[in-house]
Amino acid sequence: MPWFEDIKIGTRMELGSYTFTADEITAFAKKYDPQYFHIDAEAAKHGPFGALTASGWHTTSTWMKLMIAKRRATPEPADENGCKPPAGGPSPGFLEMKWPNPVRAGDTISYSAEVIEKLDMRSRPEWGIVRSLNIGVNQHGETVLSFIGQGLIEKRIPGSA
Amino acid sequence: MGTREPKFYWEDFPVGETVEFGEKHVTKEEILEFASEFDPQPFHLDEEAAKQSILGGLCASGWHSCAMMMRMMCDGYILESASLGAPGVDEVRWRKPVYVGDTLRLRRTCTERRPSKSRPEMGLTRFHIEMLNQKDEAVLTSDGWAMYGRRYPGQPVEE
Repeated sequence: MPWFEDIKIGTRMELGSYTFTADEITAFAKKYDPQYFHIDAEAAKHGPFGALTASGWHTTSTWMKLMIAKRRATPEPADENGCKPPAGGPSPGFLEMKWPNPVRAGDTISYSAEVIEKLDMRSRPEWGIVRSLNIGVNQHGETVLSFIGQGLIEKRIPGSA
Repeated sequence: MGTREPKFYWEDFPVGETVEFGEKHVTKEEILEFASEFDPQPFHLDEEAAKQSILGGLCASGWHSCAMMMRMMCDGYILESASLGAPGVDEVRWRKPVYVGDTLRLRRTCTERRPSKSRPEMGLTRFHIEMLNQKDEAVLTSDGWAMYGRRYPGQPVEE
């Protein structure tokens, strides 16, 4: 991760895409969200979406999977003093999670993240919160996922803005 | 819904009602399994790295906590309900880490509801969910709307 001070509002990252198979959709849903329209392709035809669809939590967790893969693939270099960049911190939660269209078996979802806001933390001067607008779009250009994510990022100089 | 007659319709979630349900024991194996696939950060995968981190110990991915919440909601009422899915979640707060060995349960309060204007067979319900650990600490809270089929489609509602 870059340091908090070096993160710029408006920076957008393409995280790559992921194709959801029927087997993966049902395997996730059997563990965590066993509603019939996520685990039974036949019954799902008569359900609210007319087909087998991925749990919204599966769609969302895959955003995280691709975000981590992207960070690993593009490590920040050490600075001129040899100081290593910080690891990503935890998250206090998220806002405005929307699943406006379902993810069906065979759909390919392209994920992105755009920095929209940076917040200081009064209680923890060595950390800041970065908010990003995170999106998933299917192969037809329809949005299937949108949420405002938050992450704690270390400051190079504690207390700096 | 599927094949059985649902036990809970939209009418069965009155505003102000609070119920508790679920008991989920969180194992190290489950934390590692979820994190390996979806959130492979050191504080979800490596006990030593987790101890050194701001989280203080090996803990579940927040997305895993959401998934566990979903499963407890399914087992607690959704699978017996006329659920029609959810458009999203307004807000989730990860308030405290979920550690290996924690035992979780949910407390659900209905905070708002309204019939759908465009679909008389459907109603919308807003729940506040608290995920509590064995020390009665709220580790996660969630607020959001979900859609349910109505027992009496189109019937006027008094609130």
